[in-house]
Parts: sequence; C-alpha cells; structure tokens
Amino acid sequence: MTVQTPGLIATPKPRHAPALRLRRLQEISLGYLLLAPALIILIVFEILPIFYGVGISMCDWKTGAALGVEGWQRWIAPCVSFIGIDSYTRAFTDPAMWHSLLVTATYSLISVPVQLGLGLLLAYLLFQKVRGQQAFRVLFFMPYITSTVASAAIWAFLYNPDKGLINSILTRFGVPEIRWLSDTTGIFQVLLKPAGVDLPSGLEGPSIAMLALIIYTTWVFVGYDITIFLAGLGNIPAELYDAAKVDGASGWTLFRHITFPLLSPTTFFLLMLTVIGTFKAFNHIWVMTQGGPGDATTTASIYIFKQLFQLNRYGYSAALSFILFFIILILTVFQNRFAGRRVVYD
Amino acid sequence: MNRDKLKSQLTNLGIHAILISGALFMVFPFAWMILGSLQTFHETTLGTFLPEQPMWSNYYDAIVAMNGAKPCVFDPAAPLDILTREKGCMIVRYFFNTMVMGLGTVLGVLTTGTLAGYAFARMNFPGRETLFKLLLATMMIPGELTLIPNYVFMVWFPTPESWIATALNLPNAEPHNWIDTYYALIIPWIATVFSIFLFRQFFRGIPNELFDAALLDGATHSRFLISVVLPLSKPVLITSALLTFLGSWNALMWPMLVTNSPEMRPIQVGLRSLITEAGTQTQLLLAGATVTIIPIIILYLFLQRWFVEGISNVGIRG
Repeated sequence: MTVQTPGLIATPKPRHAPALRLRRLQEISLGYLLLAPALIILIVFEILPIFYGVGISMCDWKTGAALGVEGWQRWIAPCVSFIGIDSYTRAFTDPAMWHSLLVTATYSLISVPVQLGLGLLLAYLLFQKVRGQQAFRVLFFMPYITSTVASAAIWAFLYNPDKGLINSILTRFGVPEIRWLSDTTGIFQVLLKPAGVDLPSGLEGPSIAMLALIIYTTWVFVGYDITIFLAGLGNIPAELYDAAKVDGASGWTLFRHITFPLLSPTTFFLLMLTVIGTFKAFNHIWVMTQGGPGDATTTASIYIFKQLFQLNRYGYSAALSFILFFIILILTVFQNRFAGRRVVYD
Repeated sequence: MNRDKLKSQLTNLGIHAILISGALFMVFPFAWMILGSLQTFHETTLGTFLPEQPMWSNYYDAIVAMNGAKPCVFDPAAPLDILTREKGCMIVRYFFNTMVMGLGTVLGVLTTGTLAGYAFARMNFPGRETLFKLLLATMMIPGELTLIPNYVFMVWFPTPESWIATALNLPNAEPHNWIDTYYALIIPWIATVFSIFLFRQFFRGIPNELFDAALLDGATHSRFLISVVLPLSKPVLITSALLTFLGSWNALMWPMLVTNSPEMRPIQVGLRSLITEAGTQTQLLLAGATVTIIPIIILYLFLQRWFVEGISNVGIRG
C-alpha cells in the first residue's frame, strides 16, 4: 500500500471517479457559498452602482428637474431625455475638466516622488538599528490614523497667514508672510521674485496652495509608506549584506546595488498604490481647500464632486467619474507593463 | 581605527538628526493642537505657542457647543437619557454612534473577509482568478461614482423590520427606508476588497503541509477553516478589525450624506459641525479635535504592533 498523496487526487483511478466528481462538485459549490456574502455586498454597493452610473451618465437630468420632480426622487426620476454619449463628448471639450486633470497630474507628479523618496529615506535610516526605532515608527505613523476632519483643522490653523505658527516662525527668519492656502502664485515665480524675474504663466510651477496641500498630504501618508518600506527592507536576507561587506562595499554602494534592487517589488507596489491614491484623492483636499483658491487645487475628484453637489449635474459628474476611472485603469496597466518588468523578484 | 569609530559616530549623529527632524515634523501639529486647545481666544489670534495658563474650560465649552450651547447633564436615575438630544449630551451620542457603526462594520468585514479570503486562497472553482481580478479592479473606481447610486439605494431599501411589519400587515406598519438608520452606516461597508485581499494573502501563507495533512485525515474545507485556519489567523483578524474600525471612526462623507438627524451622526460629523459653528473660536475647535483624536491614538498606542503588521503584510506579499 502506498500512502495517498494529494497529487493523486488530480489523477484518480477510474473506479474512484464518481466519488471524486462529487467531491469536486462539493468544493465548487462550497467555494461559491463562501464567496456569497462578500459578493452580494460588493455587487450591490460597488458593481451595480457602476451600471447605474452608466445610466445616469447618459441621461439629461436637468430636464428631469425641470419637470418639477423634487426631493430625493429627482435622483431616480425616470430618464426623460436620453442623450447617449453627449456628456462624454462634452467632457472632452470642457476646459475645466482638462484643467482638473492637469491639477491632478501635478499633484500626483510631485506627491508621489516626495512621499516615496521621504518614506524610503526615513525607512532606510530607521532600519539601521537606530536607538528608539520603535518610538520613531509609532510617531511617524500617527498622522495616518488621525481623522481627516481633525488633521485638516489643525493644519488650516498652522497655515493661517496671520496667526498660524508656520508664518510666525518664518517671519522671525525674515521670510515675508505667505498666504499658504489662498495664494495661487506659482512657486518658481515666488522663488525668482527677489531676483526680479517675471515668469510667463505656463512656467510659474505649481501654486503655493498646491504646495501647502502636498506638504499636508505628505505628512498624512508618509508613515504608511515608511511602514511598508520597513517590511520590505526586513525581507532582504542579511547574508547578502554580509557578503557585500566582505567584498568591501559600504554605504551608498550597498544601497545602490543590494537594497534598492531587492526592494523593488515593495517600491513598485507602493508606487502603484500611491499613484492610484493621488488620482483618487478627495477627502484631504476637500476638507483642506475645497479645491480653492479659485480652481488651483481642484483635482479631478474635486471637480466631479462639485459638479455633483454644487451644480446637481448628475449625468455629467457620472461621465467624468468614468473618464477618471479609465485614466486610473490605463495608468495602472501601463505601470504594470513597463515598471513591473523591471522589478527584481528573488 | 579611531577614525573609523569617529566616522561611524558621525554617521549615527546624522541619522538621528534626520530622524528626529522627521519625527518633529510629524508630532509638531499634534503638540500645536493640544497647546492651542488650552489657549485663550486672544492667545490664538497672536500665534502664541505656549498658553500662559492652560484653559481646561475650553474642553467643557467645546462639549457644550457641540450640545447646542446647553450644558451636559448625567442623571444616574436614567443613565440612557444621556444619549438623547433633549436631556443628554450629544458628544456622548456621537461617540456611541461611532462605536455601533465601527463594531458592526468590523463584525461584518471579519465574517465576509474570512469566508471569501479562504475561498480565494484555498479552494478550486471555475472563475476564481477572474473574479478576484474583477474585485481588485473595483478598487480603482473613484468614490464619487458610487456615491449617488448608493444614496439612492438607501432611499429605496426598506428596513428589514418595517418590511416584515408591512408584509405581515401589522397595525401601524409604515415603510421606512435606510436613511437615518444604522443599516445605512454599516451594511454598505461590511465587505471590502481590501480586507478580502488581506485575508487571502494571509491564508495563502499557511503551509500546504497543514492542508494536506488535514485532507488526509478526511477533513473537509469547512472543518479545516474552523479548526486549523482560524486559530492561526489571529494576526489578520486583529489587523483587519483595526483598520476597519479606523475607517469607520474617521468616516465623514457617507455618514453626512445618509444621516439627517443629529441623533444618528457619528463623531466626525459632529466635529465637522463644531468646526463650522465655532468659526473663529480656534481654541474650541482644537479642543474638539483633541477629544476625537485621543481615543484612537490610545487604541493605536496599545495595538500598534497589529496596525504595522497588517499593513506590512499587504506590502510584502502584494
């Protein structure tokens, strides 16, 4: 008698076949049964809304409102006027939409490297077995668990031009007062102003308000990146470092040739997460600037939300959401194709 | 040799200098919040750092401001009155609502996450990978898109008790929708792709040998899940519970949308309205912010290992 190994299940003897088929059937049905609770919730509250959203985006809801439907029913009023893809074509010719995408891209292009760079630096330093590592870790992570409402209130106070602490420190060093959350001047312009340079509007760079927003969101999220980087660093075998040290490598060389390549799966994962996160970013921007001043920090999400709740353009905002969704999807696929290929898996 | 020692000490000093400045940047806003919450109104307008004399009364004032300018009373004879708007204290009610919402959501997420995570990690059925990828793709959907349809669902859905009552034709039965109920605050959130992902990753890490051994003993999947997998899953259960609870605690937009009466609002919505009402009274809104942050920070300090572990797990095996 040989001991039956699980491998034998895959290649059964014929006379066991009916029993095994029953077992297989049981497994399939149990699988779906276990999935059912989660799937029902996700289908109702994630998938169905998407189809509903398609419907909404192809309707002219303003007409529905004109019919005198009021209260919540205006949101489910029958689609009185089917307009097909009009909302989508309109979106592509809407300068405000393009502007919001530009703001989103700016926000993402600055936030992502700053967050990941700072996260990697701090994680790498923490990983050098420094004293108080645990305490540092706890402190770095604290902003991430703080509610957006509370942290935005604190930061709005910090940024306050007249009574905020940031300005009262800066003025002590002779820096002129900065109107953090309400200044749309580009930062390059601000930096070059003392030299008497006036930049054309295209080259002014991201606005002061955008910079303030990025500092704030970096404060919120960098602890999360540090935590994941630390886990990734812990996964690199110590023998590799020891071997390289025997060969005389140290400091930057070690980081460049061992840490960085072996950390690439973690970095890649965080990159994907942060890019998606910055493109979807809403809460922190909304409570901090509400997209202002003007439209300086109106990212795509903020623009969609404003269309929805301030202008009641349900169809249009649904169409915009789809466009944003596809942009995020394309970005993710693109990253998977190109960055993903360069990741070193051990 | 001595030069090497000096060099390593200097490196150490440099590392600490960077880490400490990083930590200061992180902690500073919190310190500022607590110090600001203890200042007089006059001090807050001057950009003061240390209050001359801590104004602990700001906290009382903030709680009263949240309570519609009416002092909070606790009547030991009728302890539950504290949860009502007329006789009680709104901040207690807000915290109570947050707890109900948080615990309910956690319970749901753990159940759906364990079951679905196990199915995705350990079972073979057609469409498994496709289904999983589809779920991951839903993580990219911007929240604004699902907001309106979900709100409409809240208006459509009858609450189970009112539905049963009307179905049975009970007297006084009236259909009631999910608006202003705990259903709206809890049910849409009891399954998240993120926690399913977390559970799946964890379950995939359980050695195959355990599974094979159990299979040889004739154990079925459900037996294996209950008697082998679950006892091993303390880390993922705790982590997932914590992250879910954190999400509930900090939720703002959804509760604002689906609750109309203050009695159903969680603490963040309460804080938000305090901030709008307090206006320029910075010290009051900072006191309010402190009160809402402290409990979650304490929870975090006690359980930080689990927060970190869970988040790290996602990263490594992701």
